[in-house]
Formats: sequence, structure tokens, C-alpha cells
Amino acid sequence: MKNRLLNIVIAVAAITLFISSCKPKNLGSAVSGDAASKAYVAPGHYDEFYNFVSGGFSGQMSVYGLPSGRLLRVIPVFSVDPEKGWGYSEETKPMLNTSHGFVPWDDLHHVELSQTNGEVDGRWVFGNANNTPRVARIDLTTFRTAEIIELPNSAGNHSSPFITENTEYVVAGTRFSVPPDNDNGDIPINTYKENFKGHISFIAVDKETGHMSISFQLRCPGVNFDLSHAGKGPSHGWFFFSCYNTEQANTLLEVNASQKDKDFIMAVNWKKAEEYVKAGKGKKIPAQYSHSMWDEKTNSGKSEMIKEVLVLDTKELTDICYMIPCPKSPHGCDVDPTGEYIVGSGKLAALIPVFSFTKLQDAIAKKDFDGVYDGINVVKYESALYGEVQKPGLGPLHTEFDANGNAYTSFFVSSEVVKWNIKDLKVLDRVPTYYSVGHLMVPGGDSRKPFGKYLVAYNKITKDRYLPTGPELSQSAQLFDISGDKMQLILDYPTIGEPHYAQAAPADLITKNQLKIFKMADNGHPYFTNGEKEAKVVREGNKVHVYMTTIRSHFAPDNIEGIKMGDDVYFHVTNLEQDWDVPHGFAIKGAVNAELLIMPGETMTLRWTPDKTGIFPFYCTDFCSALHQEMQGYIRVSPANSNVPLTSSLGGKISGSADVE
Amino acid sequence: MKQLFILFCFISLIMACGGKTADTKSGTNPYASTEPAATTNPTYDPNRGIGKWTPENLSLTPTLDAAMADSGLKVREVKCASCHKITSERLVGPGWKGVTQRRKPEWIMNFITNPDPMISKDPVVQAQLELCLVRMPNQNLSDVEARQILEFMRKNDGVQ
Repeated sequence: MKNRLLNIVIAVAAITLFISSCKPKNLGSAVSGDAASKAYVAPGHYDEFYNFVSGGFSGQMSVYGLPSGRLLRVIPVFSVDPEKGWGYSEETKPMLNTSHGFVPWDDLHHVELSQTNGEVDGRWVFGNANNTPRVARIDLTTFRTAEIIELPNSAGNHSSPFITENTEYVVAGTRFSVPPDNDNGDIPINTYKENFKGHISFIAVDKETGHMSISFQLRCPGVNFDLSHAGKGPSHGWFFFSCYNTEQANTLLEVNASQKDKDFIMAVNWKKAEEYVKAGKGKKIPAQYSHSMWDEKTNSGKSEMIKEVLVLDTKELTDICYMIPCPKSPHGCDVDPTGEYIVGSGKLAALIPVFSFTKLQDAIAKKDFDGVYDGINVVKYESALYGEVQKPGLGPLHTEFDANGNAYTSFFVSSEVVKWNIKDLKVLDRVPTYYSVGHLMVPGGDSRKPFGKYLVAYNKITKDRYLPTGPELSQSAQLFDISGDKMQLILDYPTIGEPHYAQAAPADLITKNQLKIFKMADNGHPYFTNGEKEAKVVREGNKVHVYMTTIRSHFAPDNIEGIKMGDDVYFHVTNLEQDWDVPHGFAIKGAVNAELLIMPGETMTLRWTPDKTGIFPFYCTDFCSALHQEMQGYIRVSPANSNVPLTSSLGGKISGSADVE
Repeated sequence: MKQLFILFCFISLIMACGGKTADTKSGTNPYASTEPAATTNPTYDPNRGIGKWTPENLSLTPTLDAAMADSGLKVREVKCASCHKITSERLVGPGWKGVTQRRKPEWIMNFITNPDPMISKDPVVQAQLELCLVRMPNQNLSDVEARQILEFMRKNDGVQ
């Protein structure tokens, strides 16, 4: 035993030495002695920040605490989640409806917290679906997806869901240009230049309710729109979108979209666009896109199909958009807290251009143009340029800001985060990441009021950072303390899916609005069971509605007979608990969908079609009390022609049942 | 092996002491219970329990308010009947018959509006928990609802 242990110790030491030797040289200085205490949050204590992180190809959004890196919750958004019944319960199915029907998966890339006066307000967080283009709004009182809207004329909704400083609009720019939905799309792919268009959607957000509606779309040249950020302060009223493939290639983009020395950042005067909308300059174009909304009264999702969209053509209305040349396929497009500086990150470039909003306005006023790109005026590079950060690193991707006039840019190729000063464009510090950082995030780092203190780098590759788990490894987040002059790595931890963008907000902005239970008195679900006395089974033809309740620790009813083959059984389960953190679960043998998890005061519905006769048990899946294991029941399924009467009971007492033919 | 384990524990102990600055950094927990866990609390009043209700602010009349008792029955059917019968028979929790004779009204009011701290401290409730094994859930009763339930309990015990 001792020998084996010794061997293990030696082996670990050897491996450690071996791995260390492969790491970047400055690893030693990357983690210093007090790192653990800086990331330590004592048991029973709360984290300082909520951190909302895209779940990438998981389709969901994760919520971490900072600085501990504790995973607090995974919010199901665009992908089904059998654990929570998301996309399986009858109430949640409409939320994933699209113009293509029910879509069970997507790729959530970016998250954005709502803002008021350019500051994070903690009301909602938005997420984008990259594959089947949609934007979701998550309500931060419940941490649930409250609304999803689909985007017509789009494909690969990547430059989304970035917002204006009072959350007037959430934008969505198409990554793929495609023929508009209402045009004939059955055309040769190599007619890209004539027929493919890039649409940018401005989704209006209701100030009180958060409800989203597409206010207008801008029809733009056929290029790839990549990322975006709104102007703020003096530049409020403008939006900036990076675009690449201005070569308009439709094949082998890796080579063909990297030909030009400069692509563009497109500056959009959305206040001007609003004027054109008011003046009736938009065209209503037939379209088909879904809008799914959660109704808090009935506790159910509803989906409607919308049939047209208002489009402004930037070829005709030439003073909405302006192109700013930006080196080498710009990716990140970030605006500093003052609203004056726009940072473009050419992902193949070896410098970072910083544009000045004031200079841009001057250039536009003086018509200091350098030609026209597909109907859009191109501002001269030098005329909009504030300056360039020289030799910052290789492959700049994204930039966030602190409150002290500093910018932090991620470098994918050289795998590092670089801190630089916005005013003098001097590099101040650089730290390695493990490995290949994509997005990065500072709490409030894209708002007018960054909270600073921490920076999280989201890495695409982890390789040897964690215990290996076969060929498929997790991505990682790395937490840096940025309160001093030098950035200090204090923690790293794995993430769900592939994290792209993230946001963070001080905890008390969000904790103060938390909903703990759904009040039973407010339950407007059509199949609500208001107490055990109302528990019953009702037959409507071959549909059987079970009005069921849960409380620690039994179901009412828990014995049901008279179900027949060919029946569709709807279990409408109301959780009668009125205390925080007492959900009950519901699962029945052989169900081909999932479980239900029902929060206190809520009603959820599981549809079940028996596939054979016999006795089917059901039980509570969420450990609810010392007698949780007793929380169970039976259903008897008889042949289609059987005469077994429909009954339901609890403790031998028959509960209400009725036949409605 | 044992020595190694002791060494490990020792190292863990030292590391655990290093988090002195953590409290200033971590946010306060507004939901954390401030009640001590001890079950024998000399300040606990077994006649009144823990909560806002006292004989003074409850001001019961000797006669029944029948309308209030009827409202209490309605609340009972939604929030209590799953676990309590009106007879003396136990379902999940004890039957209600005679409860207003066994317990002071302010104790009942405090218990049904503030069960958790009382379950942890009241010696009779502790004994009851050993029988029932389910902690009575907090059903978030409003003051009005709680008072209506108490009136129904009085009616159930024969108050006219």
C-alpha cells in the first residue's frame, strides 16, 4: 500500500514537472500566493457578482457566481432540457416553436444584460440563437426564458443580442447573407453578389414589460455581419457592426474572404432610421417568423406566427449607414464607456485600430468619403481613426473596459489578454491564457459604468488544464483580478458548452427582485387544481385530464383506474406548496418525453400516451421530505374496449371524476 | 498512510485559516437564517412560540365569528387539508380536533405563520416531528388567512 502510494506521488511529481515544462515561460508568475483567498467565498456566503455566460452549442445560458466560479444554474433557453421539462411539458413546447416548427436545439453565443442610462439594471438578460435566428429574453426575477422572437431574412444570427443604452432596441445582424425570405431562393449559389442580402434587425423592447417586437430591418449589402455594440453617451443613437467577407465570396471563405486588406465596421444611425420609419419610408415585406411568449398568469407559453416585416433599404436611404474601413476581417466591435472610442479587432491583424466618434461625425459632415460600397458611403480610414495600438499581440478578438480608461483585449492566436490605455494607446500589461481565449468579460465592461475588479477570459481549448476526460474536453473560464496595475490570474474552472460572450452584475441588483414562490391565489392556469378537494380525472373522448396536486409527501389522486389504450392522458400537476425551494417532480414509467419539475404554486402538464395495458407507477423525482420515497402512485391501463370505470382516489377515498363526452 | 492523512488534514487546516480577508469580499446573504441551531433555548416561550402574535395583538372574542370561520374553511381546503383532518386522526400531520384546547391561540397563530424556527425549538413540536417525520411546510399564509384558520379551528372545537 505504502509503495503504491509512493509510486503515485512520484508519478504525479514527474507529470507535474513534465507538464510545467510545456507551459508558457511566465506560468510561475501567472498564479501567485494569495490567488486562492481572492477567489474564496466562504461556505454560506454569497458571491459578489452574478455572471451570465453563454452556453454556446448547449443552447443554454449558465449562471456563475464571481469570484468563486460556483455554477448556480443552467437556464434552459434554446435547447430542450428534460431535467426541467423545458420543451417537454405542454406549457413550454410553444416556446421553442419557429417558422420551421418545433426546434429542440440551438447555439447561444452572446448574452447582454438590460441597461438603463447605459448602466446595467438587472431586469433581463438577452441571448441569441445563432443557428435558427432568434433572440430570447430571460426574466431575472425567475431566471426563466420569458420570450423568444425569430428573425426573418436572417441566417446565423451572430451580431446579437446587443442593446442600446436604455434597452430601446436589441439588435440582430445576420452572419450569413442570404436571399430575402420572400424572394425566390431557388437560385445558383454563385449569384451571391446579385441576390444575397444582409439584414439587420432592430427589435424594440417595451420599457415596462420587456416584450419584444421587430421594429424594422435594414437591408444591407451581402456580407457577413459579425459582432456589434451600441454607441453610448455622445454616440447614443448610433450602432456599430463589424463585417467581413466584403469580398462577397460564397465558397472557401477561409481564403476568399481574406483577400482584402481592410473590411468594414458599419456605423448605423438608428435615430435616422427611426425617422424614416415614421416618415413611412419602410416597406412592409411578407415574411413568416414566430414570436413565443410566456404568460405569467396562465403559466404557459404561447406562440404566434407573424406575417410581415418592415424593411428599410440602405441603398435608397443613404444616410443611415456608413462604412469605416477596418483591417483584416474585423471581429469584435466594442465601444468604450465614454462612447467616444470604437475599437475594431481585425482577427488577422497585428494592430488594433481605435476610431473616434467625433472624427467620424466630422468626416460624415464633410463628406470625407473614399468611394461607395454597394450603395453605402465609405468614410476614409484616417478620417475616422483616433489611433492604432501597435504590436499588441496576434489575432485580436474582443475588448472590454474598466472604469479607469483602460481596455482589455483578447488575443486568440497569441493566447493572451492585453491591457492598454485608451488615451495614449500604450500597452500596460499582458497575461497568458490557457489556451486560445475568445471572448472576455469585465462586470459592466460594455456599459457606461464598468464595475471593474474582475475579468474573465473564456478559452476555447483546455488541453492539459484539467483531469482528462477522453477526446472531448470542456472549455474553460479564467478569472483575473484587475484591481491593481497588473492582471492576476486567481482561478480557472470548466464551463458548459462553449462559452462565448458573458455579462456580470453586482449581486444585489438581482437578488432584490427574486421571486421565491408562485402564489396560488394568482394561478390562472386553465387546469389549476385549487386544493386536494378539486383533484379529479375528467374524460373528454380519448383525452383524459388528470387534475393532480402535490404536497409533502403525496399526490392527490394517487390511484387512477379506467385509462384505456388509445387514450391521451394529460397530467396537470399543481404543486400546493407555498414555501421557497420545495419543488415536486413527476415522472411516469415509459413516458417518451421527460419529467416535470413543478415549483411551489405552479401547474405543469405532462402528456402521456400509454403503449400497453397494465399497471404504471409514477413518483416524485425531487427529494421533498423524509417521506419522499413514499410519494408515489399507480395508474391502471385497460384495453380499449374495457368497461373499467374512470376513477381516481387517495387513501381509498374516491376523488371527483367525470365523463364529458 | 495514516500519517499522510494527518498531514493532509493539517495542511487543510492551515489553508482554511488563510481566508481571513474573504468576508469583506463576499456579499452578505440576506436569506441566511440568523436563528441559532440549538433546540434548547432558555428564551423560548413554549406558550407563545416565536412570531409576531401575542395575546394583546390577537384580541380574541369569546364568541365565534361564523363568517370568518367559513373563510377559514376555504383557506384550509387549499393550504391545509392535504395533511390535516378535522378529526383527531393523524393524516400527514396531527388532526385538528381539540387543538385550540391544547394550544394557546397566539401559539397557533405563530406556528402556522412561522413554522420553521418553532419546529427547531418547540419541545412538543419536536416530539411531534418524530412521529410525523415531515416538517410542516410554510404555506405563506397572510395574517388574515391565519386568523381565519384559527377561527375555523375554534368552530371545529365547539366555540359558538
